[in-house]
Amino acid sequence: MMPNRGATAPEPARRRPRPWGDPLFRSLAAAAAGIFLVLTAAICLELVRGSALSLAKFGPGFLWSASWNPVTQDFGALSSIAGTLVSTLIAMLLAVPLSLIIALFLVELAPPAISKPVGAAIELLAAVPSIIYGMWGLFVFAPFMSDHIQPFLSSRFGWLPLFKGPPMGIGLLTAGIILALMILPFITSVMRDVLRMVPPVVKEAGYGMGSTVWEVARKVTVRYGVRGMAGACLLGLGRAVGETMAVTFVIGNDHRVSASLFAAGNSIASALANEFAEASEPLYLSALVELGLVLFLMTFAIQGLTHAWIRRLERSAGRGL
Amino acid sequence: MNKLLAWILMCLAVAMAAGSATVAAAADLTGAGATFPYPLYGQWADTYKKLTGVGLNYQSIGSGGGIAQIKAKTVDFGASDAPLTKADLDAAGLLQFPMIVGGVVPVVHIEGVDAGALKLSAALLADIYLGAVTKWNDPAVAALNPGLALPARDITVVHRADGSGTTWIFTNYLDKVSPAWHDKVGCGKEVAWPAGVGGKGNEGVAAYVQRINGAVGYVEYAYALQNKLAHILLENRAGKFVAPTQASFQSAAAGADWKTAPGLYLVLTDQPGDGSWPITGASFVLIHREQQDAARAKSMLDFFAWCFASGDEAASKLDYVPMPDDVVALVESLWGTTVKSAGVPVWK
Repeated sequence: MMPNRGATAPEPARRRPRPWGDPLFRSLAAAAAGIFLVLTAAICLELVRGSALSLAKFGPGFLWSASWNPVTQDFGALSSIAGTLVSTLIAMLLAVPLSLIIALFLVELAPPAISKPVGAAIELLAAVPSIIYGMWGLFVFAPFMSDHIQPFLSSRFGWLPLFKGPPMGIGLLTAGIILALMILPFITSVMRDVLRMVPPVVKEAGYGMGSTVWEVARKVTVRYGVRGMAGACLLGLGRAVGETMAVTFVIGNDHRVSASLFAAGNSIASALANEFAEASEPLYLSALVELGLVLFLMTFAIQGLTHAWIRRLERSAGRGL
Repeated sequence: MNKLLAWILMCLAVAMAAGSATVAAAADLTGAGATFPYPLYGQWADTYKKLTGVGLNYQSIGSGGGIAQIKAKTVDFGASDAPLTKADLDAAGLLQFPMIVGGVVPVVHIEGVDAGALKLSAALLADIYLGAVTKWNDPAVAALNPGLALPARDITVVHRADGSGTTWIFTNYLDKVSPAWHDKVGCGKEVAWPAGVGGKGNEGVAAYVQRINGAVGYVEYAYALQNKLAHILLENRAGKFVAPTQASFQSAAAGADWKTAPGLYLVLTDQPGDGSWPITGASFVLIHREQQDAARAKSMLDFFAWCFASGDEAASKLDYVPMPDDVVALVESLWGTTVKSAGVPVWK
């Protein structure tokens, strides 16, 4: 077929336009894209339907009630929402700066002999299932936390309520750090790809002006790729908010709200994983489904906020590039 | 060439479909529920399949799931660690009977304290789980354990994070023996724990207790043995300190009066008897009183009868306690009077 194409004139039959081809393709593609909208709407609808009982009983107070008592059937989401936000915040605070530094190093500074194997290792880490991170966290990292990191933190910063309590090795702080390790390879690998796509011409122009490596990285590379890098953070954030297994292993699974990061807590996903199987009372089940609804809406809100933030960031940081 | 391949594939598919059809015709039993008896049910089903060709597909999805599944009639039987009350059973048309007995064991990890060295009373165990006693060298603990060098360590309470029949038995015990526990917490498969951290599953609790110096947790007996966790001596109703063993579980089960228990609703916690382990519980099976298919129902009851008659050795090997003979006789007579298909008794 191939060599004939240029040599002989195409058959007239092949040239005849098919009037239904384009519309068909368009509607198929639209249907495929529409699946997302339909799925999202269906999930939301089903969550609302499943949590109707709990919505009617607790109303909006569900969001800020700290009580979670299956015996008296009194449920509130505060501890789960707080645990989800705190563990995600710790993870992002640790993972984002570290990822940026690693990505900059791999793209700007490291010779191929280093950046190639490190890049492969990052991709390998990104493929490790989350339960492995959870088990490693419980059996290897938690002992290290309770023997070294937590005693150190409480001896130096013990006057802060954040670092009070016995060093158990598990709890919100450990969960946040494990989450950070989990999303680090994700964010790094996307950031690296983004930084690689910065046109060499732009950077060379920077060097041509007599800029140092640091100046080029800060004022050219990072600014050029700011949108892509924010997208990378968003990807990590999405993973951290909904992460279940790794968190369940190390967060301590407790429904009390505490100011200390050493204390055990729970996230929405971990509460669902723990309690769904044995929730036989209709109201209990309904409250768990409402937790799912809260997570769903939280993810939406976070996405919306981050998109708005990216747009602002682009306008200010990306100026002039 | 391609046609030939398609033919071969089609023949294979037909043969496989026919093969699976004949397997299904052997009518495997289906069950779902508690995770605690799952290892034993699996072992029994394996042996029974070799003997009779009738297999069992048991899904260990948890007691709550088992109750929901049997109510929805998607399985032949459900299994639950917490018994249903007579009113619940009547409403759903279910029959409930105990299959095996097991124990829940409080375990500790205190540096310098060996297995079976620490004595706790019922009230003290409740106070620890309430968060009222927070140090291992608390005077209340020391008073029960003269001569034991107790460290000034914080007590870390470990409980189950997931809803569980094990938790139900444990909290049922604390609820019975401690008025303070009854007022503040109560009994359930998942409760609002006043103190501590939660591990997922027996293995999660076992891992936390092994990890944290100063921890106390509660696990099924088999997990305490397998993980070599240090058990405590617990004061029973007769005022004696007993160790968790098959004999002390059996003693708790022997004193129980099943005959007068409506719907066989009986919880074996805090039973009388000098040698009785106080946190003992039975694992229950739930079946429908009105059966759709008489032959299938008969085949299911045959399986349970075989388990009662020939399954004791397997049960003991896996650290469960088999039901006493008089209870088995009672259960089988209940089958005869209550399990019917189109009005005709299934079991004779």
